[in-house]
Amino acid sequence: MSDPGRLENARPLAGIGLKQQHVPELLGSDVAIDFVEIHAENYMVEGGPRLRQLEAVRDRFALSVHGVGLSIGGAGPLDRDHLARLAALVRRFEPRWCSEHLAWSGHGGHWFGDLLPLPYDRETLGRVCAHVHEVQEALGRRLLLENPSTYVEFAASTWNEGDFLAEVVRRTGCGLLLDVNNAFVSAVNHGRDPWALVAALPPDAVGELHLAGFAEDRDGAGDRLLVDDHGAPVDEAVWALFERTVAHLGPRPTLLERDHAVPPLTELTREAERARRVLHRVAEAAA
Amino acid sequence: MNIDGCYAPFAAALLDPERPPPAGLVTWNGSDPAARFAVYRNNVVAALTAALADTFPVTQAVVGEAFFLAAAAEFVRRQPPRSPLLLDHAAALPAFLAAFPPAQGLPWLGALAELELARVRAGRAADVDALPAPVLAARLQEAMDLTTVHLALHPSVQVFEASWAVVSLWAAHQGRGPVSAVAIDAPEAALVLRDGDAVFVMPIPAAAGRLARLLAEGRPLGDAFDEADDAEAFTELLTLLVRHGAIVAWHASGAANR
Repeated sequence: MSDPGRLENARPLAGIGLKQQHVPELLGSDVAIDFVEIHAENYMVEGGPRLRQLEAVRDRFALSVHGVGLSIGGAGPLDRDHLARLAALVRRFEPRWCSEHLAWSGHGGHWFGDLLPLPYDRETLGRVCAHVHEVQEALGRRLLLENPSTYVEFAASTWNEGDFLAEVVRRTGCGLLLDVNNAFVSAVNHGRDPWALVAALPPDAVGELHLAGFAEDRDGAGDRLLVDDHGAPVDEAVWALFERTVAHLGPRPTLLERDHAVPPLTELTREAERARRVLHRVAEAAA
Repeated sequence: MNIDGCYAPFAAALLDPERPPPAGLVTWNGSDPAARFAVYRNNVVAALTAALADTFPVTQAVVGEAFFLAAAAEFVRRQPPRSPLLLDHAAALPAFLAAFPPAQGLPWLGALAELELARVRAGRAADVDALPAPVLAARLQEAMDLTTVHLALHPSVQVFEASWAVVSLWAAHQGRGPVSAVAIDAPEAALVLRDGDAVFVMPIPAAAGRLARLLAEGRPLGDAFDEADDAEAFTELLTLLVRHGAIVAWHASGAANR
């Protein structure tokens, strides 16, 4: 499957998640951002200003379409109508990257609006791969699959997350969106080393990185429980993991996500600038 | 374990706080999975109620954030979304609020939510070009029999009719007049549409509302006029529709009009 993003991956690109309130400023000034990412579902509308805004943004910045609604890890078949809507959006806006999650969001006809965890076993693996194939067929391009933040694990799991993702890549030819914050959050929540996940992934498959902030809680035993809420600046421990990850993989397009307590645009562009400096440093060291 | 064995109990426990977390969850430190499962429970309700709060800001302002979020959480648990398109879910909230026992003191609450829903729908409706004014004028000149003409309205056009003065209440919450001055016990109508990027909520007389509904249903002008029986309302409505580019096609029923 063609991958127009691959050649670009070596160039340091830093982006931010697109928030409606930032659009006028993004379009009206000289913002040092290389790309923006949208949640696909926010643009599944028939018409109106939202789509016109996205056209204007798309003329100015590279675009990444990030789905949160396909429920690729779901037990049932994919929602064909929803997949068709995603494919239509991708045809219309021709994003440089398309991504979705290793998670489920609906079951038994109900939709939960959250990214829920799955057991990493052989049966799930087969189903996830079939769904990824179906999505890539419908979109006519390579999908980047994102590692989740999780709060519980299943006794039924027989694979670790990194090996599971690597096997999905091997079987489907999909790429990966490595969310560094999710890697950190899940590692803390399950008493693991976050590097184990990063190291297990096939480096060439990683087409994009995500960075975000988390909230901090305690579990039933009083141990740290991190909640991936996209509501805070990136934690220093996540920056450290990001630097090590970029040194290991090489520069990858990197996106700052903020969905709650969204600050002024300049605060997000500052974080994007910091990410870009890391990417540059690694790119120059490799040159 | 078979797949439904993992997912179905997880899904059921997400929406029912009385249920224990599903079996089969493990934690690295042996802690009770309940505290961790609660994160998912909170996320689900928080995400879905936040989407509702975005769609119904005035409804929320009227009842207060705490009441709105409690009602929305109850709605989410009783009638969870059936698709990732959350506007479809929001569409059922007005009827839920109208029948929500704790809101019985505010019998107009569902109608207010209906109006907010109409605004959001208008903002997302398909883009269709208006019939240009000179074309419309020429059609009017040419028409042999106006009574058989059907007007196609812009997809954003919605005719709002309520037994309560929720159009005025909504307007007051946009800073147009004091909320305390709204006499809620009066029926009201409004034309909701998008013109350019802006969504308009335009109060119209009851007769114009009836007429607009008939036109929106695709009835010919003659039928609509006879039924509404109000020449002033007819003129007022057509003026509004033309001014806001809301007439997108002119279908003459009789062959003589072609």
